Amino acid sequence: MPQNLYEKLWQSHVVHEEADGTALIYIDRHLIHEVTSPQAFEGLKLSGRKPWRVSSIVATADHNTPTNNWDRGIEDPVSRLQVETLDANIREVGSLAYFPFKDPRQGVVHVVGPEHGATLPGMTVVCGDSHTSTHGAFACLSLGIGTSEVEHVLATQCLVQKKSKTMLIRVEGRLGKGVTAKDVVLAIIGRIGTAGGTGYAVEFGGSAIRSLSMEGRMTVCNMAIEAGARMGFVAVDDVTIDYLQGRAFSPKADYWDKAVAYWRTLHSDEGARFDHVIELRAEDIRPQVTWGTSPEMVVSIDDLVPDPAKQSDPVKREGMERALQYMGLNPNTPIKGVKVDKVFIGSCTNSRIEDLRVAAHVVKGRHIAANVKQALVVPGSGLVKRQAEAEGLDKIFLAAGFEWREPGCSMCLAMNADRLEPGERCASTSNRNFEGRQGAGGRTHLVSPAMAAAAAIAGHFADVRDLL
Amino acid sequence: MDKFVCLEGLVAPLDRANVDTDAIIPKQFLKSIKRSGFGPNLFDEWRYMDVGQPGQDCTNRPRNPNFVLNQPRYQGAQILLTRKNFGCGSSREHAPWALLDYGFRVILAESFADIFFNNCFKNGILPIVLPANEIDALFAEVQALPGYRLKVDLSAQQVLTPSGKALPFEVDAFRKECLLNGWDDIGLTLRHADKIRAFEEKRRAEQPWLFA
Ligand code: SF4
Repeated sequence: MPQNLYEKLWQSHVVHEEADGTALIYIDRHLIHEVTSPQAFEGLKLSGRKPWRVSSIVATADHNTPTNNWDRGIEDPVSRLQVETLDANIREVGSLAYFPFKDPRQGVVHVVGPEHGATLPGMTVVCGDSHTSTHGAFACLSLGIGTSEVEHVLATQCLVQKKSKTMLIRVEGRLGKGVTAKDVVLAIIGRIGTAGGTGYAVEFGGSAIRSLSMEGRMTVCNMAIEAGARMGFVAVDDVTIDYLQGRAFSPKADYWDKAVAYWRTLHSDEGARFDHVIELRAEDIRPQVTWGTSPEMVVSIDDLVPDPAKQSDPVKREGMERALQYMGLNPNTPIKGVKVDKVFIGSCTNSRIEDLRVAAHVVKGRHIAANVKQALVVPGSGLVKRQAEAEGLDKIFLAAGFEWREPGCSMCLAMNADRLEPGERCASTSNRNFEGRQGAGGRTHLVSPAMAAAAAIAGHFADVRDLL
Repeated sequence: MDKFVCLEGLVAPLDRANVDTDAIIPKQFLKSIKRSGFGPNLFDEWRYMDVGQPGQDCTNRPRNPNFVLNQPRYQGAQILLTRKNFGCGSSREHAPWALLDYGFRVILAESFADIFFNNCFKNGILPIVLPANEIDALFAEVQALPGYRLKVDLSAQQVLTPSGKALPFEVDAFRKECLLNGWDDIGLTLRHADKIRAFEEKRRAEQPWLFA
């Protein structure tokens, strides 16, 4: 019987299964950061249990860490305590790798894992963070988990799971100029809604997905969770294998061929069945901008802000009205002219080297508009930062009026000092535009790095295709 | 974890779809390294007129009189009635911790986000999915009748309305057992420690590069 990729990944990790289908799934990689782990380590200690396999752990501090003035350390005492608690916990239990605050390899956990080859095809990857779905780009079964589950994985190396339904989202065709992975995933969410993927393991396929680099695929899988999916993934191909060659934790010479042979089986078989299939045409996707307070509230750059009066479902209409009010937008205005106060290029969605290259390409030789109060570039990791500096991208951004920061989550969720003030409007390459996400009262519009760069230059949302 | 068998309690209606975890507990409170004390900051941005800070005493903060949980008739509510896709967003378990600390033990909605749904069970909160028409009817009844209470019976898998109507709900057998008994999942899993060890050895032999 032909199997889909999810079925293969699932089957290869079941340790035990109850009659009702509840299963124990073995976990290969456990990524840890400071926010969702302290209570798990504490719980473990209180119950007198030991971690099962610490060599599965890769940890870093990212959510709370400042992105400038590193010499001053972490000034917020509450944040500092959380980061120091992680230091102490990892020191005590051990790990495969730990990239603490200020380590040259420190960064956003979902950027750091893959760039070291700590995320490998066929693995189960968990992290106390919903954007763990990112790692699905490597044909991993990757799950965001809560703190109780972090403790569970620490103690047992397993997770209690039930098999998900499967969905194939196929994007066929060629993406137009200036249309990137971020636009693809925003268009998908616009189509199926933020609950469209609930209960599903989603495989992204089709020629447009296969044409993406690993970094582009990570962007797509990263936001699978915003479509409500339990996880998202892409099959292994040459792009995957080429990416992994020579990374720090990739299999070494003696195992490489064997690993590659196995990885090549990680795709859905011809004729495999899915519970649901959705198709999009790549040619139909234009650069996207969200207008509301949920990632599904998204339009193309040449569209108007939608009109709630045209919505027949009363719950949806009310949601739209509330969102427009929060966002300070009027129905039927072109999104293109909406002015921005701040621009944020960063986050686990879009802070990798290719993202920075695209943005730098747009801003090169130009300057941010006078009405833009702050434009931040926050590389996803120390390695990304140094790579960008080696290519001179930092100079391009600085010359254009951007700030060039140290790596971390930064203004994606504003747990550190980088945030929006009430009423400020931001073009952001992150993944969530919820109320208050980037600071209380802040207004977030999700866009690709190219579109964020275009907005910074124009001072309002602009079609990056006109700047290329 | 506290057991959950049966609960009869006051219902508070939160008439919004897509309530996300940032709304349930804003990020500044995630800096805590504790599991408790999040109740006063549940729905912080909706509940108060100022911006809350971690560690602050909330008793004298200005409240938003329009927010449902600030209305006198809903004080002491243990059951939250809401709309679809409740708990979307992050995996932060601080969200169920805040709901629990505030006093909620049951959440009724048309649908939930997966990770949040799962996190509820780990903390003795029962999330119940009911069809849209039943949710609509419950909203109408709660709003019409001050002091509206529901009885939630996990063993019988039903919600009983004051008029005696029984609304059946689905719950996964394993999760139900855990809640009814207040079992700790880790203890349950470790009963299979030998199997886990055997699985691990086999995996190490087949894919040694995963264990480098
Ligand atoms: S960058 Fe944003 S979404 Fe990603 S892990 Fe950090 S806070 Fe979460």
